[in-house]
Amino acid sequence: MRITITSVLVDNQAKAEKFYTEVLGFVKRHDIALGGEARWLTVVSPEDEGGTELLLEPSGHPAVKPFKDALVADGIPFTQFSVDDVQAEYERLRGLGVRFTQEPTDMGNVTTAVFDDTCGNLIQIIHQKS
Amino acid sequence: MPIVAVVGDVFKALADPTRRTILDELTDRNGQTLFEICARLSNKHGLASSRQAISQHLDVLEAAGLVQTRREGRYKFHYIDTAPLEPIVERWLSRRGRT
Repeated sequence: MRITITSVLVDNQAKAEKFYTEVLGFVKRHDIALGGEARWLTVVSPEDEGGTELLLEPSGHPAVKPFKDALVADGIPFTQFSVDDVQAEYERLRGLGVRFTQEPTDMGNVTTAVFDDTCGNLIQIIHQKS
Repeated sequence: MPIVAVVGDVFKALADPTRRTILDELTDRNGQTLFEICARLSNKHGLASSRQAISQHLDVLEAAGLVQTRREGRYKFHYIDTAPLEPIVERWLSRRGRT
């Protein structure tokens, strides 16, 4: 068994596609119409194009909004990405207008920061010290 | 005397080491989400309290006036407020009798 896909629940797939590719810099891998407005929409890291795909999953189910709102109110990132330099990524993303709820913070073994993906989620970026 | 009650709340709030650590971390950076406070306590101080427990500690600090919460858009941030400590300074430190 292998983990090939993980998901984020996004308020709007078109907006998510823009944010995850143009702002975060991921590359679109699959984009398949599923009928209705929903798409099977995945992105991958340009540093690992054969790696785990991130599925930008529509958050249409009524249980999703209260779940996401409660996490965001408490500042909880449900999804995390690894970066080589949290401070540099923070400055790059802030320059692109991304809102951070937690600036880069030295947490001992790791440095982390948390930002809003504009699609209803908080995302943590993390660098693990050697 | 309400003032006495308020000072009592402040001392009660400060009596707990986890709550003092929360204030230390808010002094390091003011305006943190519950998630950031929990992450700092766990990663920097090895305090393995549950999110619910930290939330209750924050309620005690807020009731004593030492922490204020503000909603900014969809997020809630916690800020330290040292104003309740001032009467303590006034009462004993500023009016210390001459020796």
